[in-house]
Amino acid sequence: MNQFVATLLGHGPRHAGSSVAARSEIAGLLLVLAVLVLVLGATTGRFLSEATFTSIAFQLPELGLLTLAMLIPILSGGLNLAITFSANIAALVLAWILQAGGGADAGIALFLLGCLAAVLTGAFFGGVMGLVIAYTGAHPILVSLSMMIFLRGLGEFLTRGGDVSGFPSFVVAIGQGTVFGIPVPLLVFLACVAVWMLILNRSRLGFSIYMLGSNPEATRYSGVDTHRALTLVYVLSGVMCAIAGIVMLARFNSVRVGHGESYLLITVLACFLGRVDPFGGFGRVVPVVIALVILQVIGSGLNLLGTNQHLATALWGGILVLVMVVRALWARLEISSYLASRPRPGRR
Amino acid sequence: MSAEPQTAPDGRDLIRLEHVSKRFGGVQALDDVAFDVKPGEVLCLAGENGCGKSTLIKVISGVHKPETGAVMRFDGAPMDDLTPARARALGIQVIWQDLALFPEMSVAENIAFEKNLGARLRLVDYGAMRREAAAILDRLGVDIDLDAPVKSLSIARRQLVAIARALVAKARLVFMDEPTASLSRAETKALLRIVRRLSEADIAVVFVSHRLAEVLDVSSRVTVLRDGRLVGTYPTRGMTQTKLTELMTGRTFGQEVHAPRTRSGTPVLAVEGLTRAGEYRDVSLAVMPGEIVGLIGRLGAGRTELALSLFGMTRPDAGTIRLEGRPLRMGSNRDAIAAGIGYVSEDRLSLGLVQPQSIGDNTVVTVLDRLVDDFGLLSPKKRRDLVADWIDRLKVKIGHPDDPVSTLSGGNQQRIVLAKWMATGPKLLILDSPTVGVDVGARAGIFEIVRELAAGGVAILLISDETPEVYFNADRIWHMRDGRLIEEFVPAETTLAAVEEAVHA
Repeated sequence: MNQFVATLLGHGPRHAGSSVAARSEIAGLLLVLAVLVLVLGATTGRFLSEATFTSIAFQLPELGLLTLAMLIPILSGGLNLAITFSANIAALVLAWILQAGGGADAGIALFLLGCLAAVLTGAFFGGVMGLVIAYTGAHPILVSLSMMIFLRGLGEFLTRGGDVSGFPSFVVAIGQGTVFGIPVPLLVFLACVAVWMLILNRSRLGFSIYMLGSNPEATRYSGVDTHRALTLVYVLSGVMCAIAGIVMLARFNSVRVGHGESYLLITVLACFLGRVDPFGGFGRVVPVVIALVILQVIGSGLNLLGTNQHLATALWGGILVLVMVVRALWARLEISSYLASRPRPGRR
Repeated sequence: MSAEPQTAPDGRDLIRLEHVSKRFGGVQALDDVAFDVKPGEVLCLAGENGCGKSTLIKVISGVHKPETGAVMRFDGAPMDDLTPARARALGIQVIWQDLALFPEMSVAENIAFEKNLGARLRLVDYGAMRREAAAILDRLGVDIDLDAPVKSLSIARRQLVAIARALVAKARLVFMDEPTASLSRAETKALLRIVRRLSEADIAVVFVSHRLAEVLDVSSRVTVLRDGRLVGTYPTRGMTQTKLTELMTGRTFGQEVHAPRTRSGTPVLAVEGLTRAGEYRDVSLAVMPGEIVGLIGRLGAGRTELALSLFGMTRPDAGTIRLEGRPLRMGSNRDAIAAGIGYVSEDRLSLGLVQPQSIGDNTVVTVLDRLVDDFGLLSPKKRRDLVADWIDRLKVKIGHPDDPVSTLSGGNQQRIVLAKWMATGPKLLILDSPTVGVDVGARAGIFEIVRELAAGGVAILLISDETPEVYFNADRIWHMRDGRLIEEFVPAETTLAAVEEAVHA
């Protein structure tokens, strides 16, 4: 592993299980979030309002679900560049099933069937990538890049580059409705977060993902079926893409291939802001979720301040660079105080 | 070549070190060591793995900085603030066991490598490079094709390329790290002839080796290190291998040989006519319950390759493997583990442990199935209990089970490796060089665990480059050469010297 880059990105030694380092990691991110909210609240009177909360709550799930789809491949030492187009293609499958079933008159049973088909589609394309990566040893970036180009071409060919719309009204209600004041997409996202935490912290597959993310060969020598685990990583990623695609369909009441494309690199950055090791093996769900909230708060805050959308994106990038630098300085501080405090016995 | 006497008449030192100490965290790698080499002398630096030999060389070559208080003089002048570049400028060259050559590049390019090194943009003068490389090889009296890529050469010839590279850099003191480990007797003789030539040219050579027989002819003195301390420097005349082994280990071994035990019943492992093209041929051996069978041989004899097939990582072309009498066909190492076979890899850093991950996770990775609760999820409590149990049973010294396993010393890391295999309840445990990178003091502890396992009925196949360690721990020893088992020894019926002689003949 590239130690230098790892230091820059604030590589923590922990993952599953609660430990001091993990807690301070979360506390640090929450502190950043609190400062941001206070600053933005002081700068613009409109920030601390229900409207802001609602807009964040509706926007967060799309990026959030795609980030979850990116998280597991990164933990396994890879990357999935095909997430946004996988989401589009899965949503297209749902859209076609709804249209075939009568468009605006389609029933809820058909919608559920369509969702199942969409999830299977996501799992299928993810599985293909996973099999190629696991059994040929091809680099995940190349494999998922190829898949991304394939899915984009396929989708644009099938839709002629246009929108697919005309869904029953309850679909919009799901995308823009609330339950007890909480937006439905946010509920979906929170459920997915819970499932991801369960898989990563408590399942044998999750355990294997962390291990093989650090060293696939040593993990294989220990008797873990790393090929199977790696394939499942991309299947899970594909399933999460499909869920993201469904949520996007419901929110915009239409599907267009290319929708959400700009989220791709932001999902990677959200993972790194959430202290996921870019080389795999380390990273947890909760800090990534907090990082997502931070990014969304910055986005909404700048929007309220009347900042140009493109400038907002530039500021996201700038803030991330700043975070890396602060972390490097912080790590240096921690190391020197650590060395001053005690020499650890048994260290090589 | 000038014909200087082998030792300068006034007894002046080429290099003299006093009070050299070096700590790495909690490990005292060197403790107040003194060391000297005379101009043109051939010296043997001996000691077991982990005794501090490498650290001493790294201090002298500027890689490691010694603790304050060290006195280091080269040619009479103090060598403070030594860096690798400054050490090379003084004429100190190290030829590590892996030679550090560029396999894809030609012989000439490798020899003239340092000349062409530089951050500035500058054209490489291939003509001059070839002339210089040719002149150096001529001086050594060897004939190697200058344009051949280094990867096409035998190990012995690569070594000559590495020596030539040192000479180009105007070496005055050359360290050779285990240069004979993978050479045949004839190749060793040729190498020693070269060393004599270097010595005649007033270039001092320090052989790092623990096989005295090889260097007895050329070296005048032997310096022995143990546990980071200087044991002493002795004239090679009058030194015997037995005496040297005693000095290196600090123990007399005589009584520790296993008494031969008669064993009956079904062998745990029975291999018949096992063959894999290019790796090993027609291997037949058996290991009884509770028996420790050693497998020795030179590097590249096919021992690890055989072990990998027994562990299901590679498939043999022909032959049968039986475990407790039943034929065993393995599609992968998972089948081997399920059948009761464990494999402690020789490469703990990249295959034995997932170094950056936690001590706890590395301990339980082989037995995840046993950690699930009623819902099929991993139970943190079961994990905690299992880890605590093994750390306690094998007396592993750790900070916290969540610390990365890489923070442990070599010996404690190896205990974690043993724990993760013992947790699977193996019938056969294959140990491939289990004491590589383990401090001498911690080795006895590792073998204590191994012997206890054997006493409990586990069959052990012990592969090692350290013939003494196999001799004193195994019930029987197989000698492997060029992929074949060529002879069997019973330690109780033969001497260590006879076994070592056979391996290096």
